[in-house]
Amino acid sequence: MLKILKYSFYDLIRSRWSYVYFLFYLTLGFVLLFLNNDVSKAVITLMNVIIVLIPLIGTIFGVMYYYNSKEFTELLLAQPIKRSSIFLGQYFGVAGSLTLSLVLGLGIPFVLYGLYRSNAIFDFTLLLVTGAFLTFIFVGLSFVIAISNENKIKGFGYAVLLWLFLAVVYDGLFLMSLIVFEEYPLDTFSLVATALNPIDLSRILILLKLDISALLGYTGAIFKKFFGTDLGFVVSMAILLLWTVLPILGLRYKAKRKDF
Amino acid sequence: MIIEINNLHKKFGKNQVLKGVDLTIEEGLIYAVLGPNGSGKTTLIKSILGMVIPNKGQISVLGEPIKKGWKYRKKIDYLPQIANFPPNIKVKELIHMIKDLRNSPAAEEELITVFGLEPFLNKKLSTLSGGTKQKVNIVLTFMFDSPLIILDEPTTGLDPKALIRLKELIQKERARGKTILITSHIMQFVEEMANEIVYLLEGEVYFKGSIAQLLGQTEQTDFEHAIAAITTHNHA
Repeated sequence: MLKILKYSFYDLIRSRWSYVYFLFYLTLGFVLLFLNNDVSKAVITLMNVIIVLIPLIGTIFGVMYYYNSKEFTELLLAQPIKRSSIFLGQYFGVAGSLTLSLVLGLGIPFVLYGLYRSNAIFDFTLLLVTGAFLTFIFVGLSFVIAISNENKIKGFGYAVLLWLFLAVVYDGLFLMSLIVFEEYPLDTFSLVATALNPIDLSRILILLKLDISALLGYTGAIFKKFFGTDLGFVVSMAILLLWTVLPILGLRYKAKRKDF
Repeated sequence: MIIEINNLHKKFGKNQVLKGVDLTIEEGLIYAVLGPNGSGKTTLIKSILGMVIPNKGQISVLGEPIKKGWKYRKKIDYLPQIANFPPNIKVKELIHMIKDLRNSPAAEEELITVFGLEPFLNKKLSTLSGGTKQKVNIVLTFMFDSPLIILDEPTTGLDPKALIRLKELIQKERARGKTILITSHIMQFVEEMANEIVYLLEGEVYFKGSIAQLLGQTEQTDFEHAIAAITTHNHA
C-alpha cells in the first residue's frame, strides 16, 4: 500500500491543482492576518471559510482523482498487489496531499506572524486538526461514491449533492425541526443532530474552543456543557474519527467486490 | 496443470456472460482463446486475473484457488487488451514504476531495443501512437519472468516488423517452458502460434483441441474456414 501511496502522493504533489490549493490557503492566511491583525479573529474567519471549503475541495478532488486514475488502477489490478491496498493507497495519497496543502498553506503565514507567541496556538491547531479530519472524511466519502458509480457524471453529481446536503441542507432541516418542535425539550436532539454531521460538529468544536459560546444563548450553554468538557471533546474527536473510518471501510468493502 | 477452471459463472447485471466454463490449461503450451465478439473471452481472462469476481465456480492457478488471493499474480504476466496507461507519465517512469511495484527482476533493456523504443523513453504516454503504446505494453508484459503469460489481443496496432518480433518473443518464451494464453481475432496469427484452441461461444467452451482436430471435425482444409464453420456443425 505504501508504494501506491507514494506514487499517488507524488503524482498529486506534481499536479498544478495542489499548488493552486496551497497558494489559496497561503494567500488567505496572509490576507486575514494582515487585515485582522489578531490571530484569534483570523482563526474565526478562517473557520468559516474552511468548514465549507474543505469538504467541497475534498469531495471534488476525490471524485476527480478516482476517475482520472482509472487507467492506472486497471494497470495495477493485474499486478500482484492486494486490491484494497490499491484503493487505500490512492485514498491516503489524495487526502494526505490535500492535508499537506492545508497545513503548510495556513501554517506558514501564522508561524511567520508569530503564532508561537500568541495564546491562539491551541485554537489554531484545533482548526488544522478538524480541517485534516474533514479532508479525510470527504475524500473518503467521494471515493466510495466514485467506486460505486461507473458513470462519471453521476458520480460527480452524487458527490456534490452529498456535500450540499451536509454543508447546507442539513442545517436548514435542523433549524426547521427546532422551530417545528420548539414546544419540546430539544437539548439532546440538537446535541445528537450536531454530532451526526461532521461539518456541524467541527464548527461547534472550534466555536466552543474560541469561547464565544455566549453568543449562542441557552443552546450554547448546553453545548458548552457537553462539548466544552474534556469528555465532550474526546467524544467529538471519536465521532470525527468514526466518520473517517466508516468511508474507509466502505471503500474496502466496495473494492473487494467490484469488477474491472 | 497450470490453470483449472470449474463451472465458472459470471453475470453483469442481466447479461449472463459466462455460463459454466470448465477448462484446464496444461503447462508448456500455447493456447488460443477464440470466440465471436461478446463470447466472454476477456471476462474469462479477467476472472483468472482476479479483476472480475465470478458469481459461481472455482479457478485455481498453479494448484492454488485464487479466491481472495493476490500473490499468485506474481506468477502471471498480463497484456491488457487496450493499453490504458496513465497519460501524464513518461515511458521510462512507467517501466520503472511497474518494476518497483512488482518487486521482481526485469529485463526491459533488451526488449526496448528489440521494439525500437529508445526514442520514446522520455515521452509522455499520452503523446504516443496506438502501435507504440502497444509496444510499451508488450515490454511491460514480457520484461518479467513468470511461468504464465496471458495476452489479450497482442497484435493490435503493431506494424509487420513488430509483429514478427512479437512472434519470435512468444516462441522464445514457449521454448523456455512457459504457458501462454492468447486471445486474437487474427486467424493467421493464431494458426501460426497456437498448439491448442479453446473456442468460447455464448459463455461456454464450445470446442477444445488442437488445430488438426478442429480441421478434422469441421471437415475443412483451411483454419480460418474451420473456425467460421465451427458453429454450424454440432460436435462439442
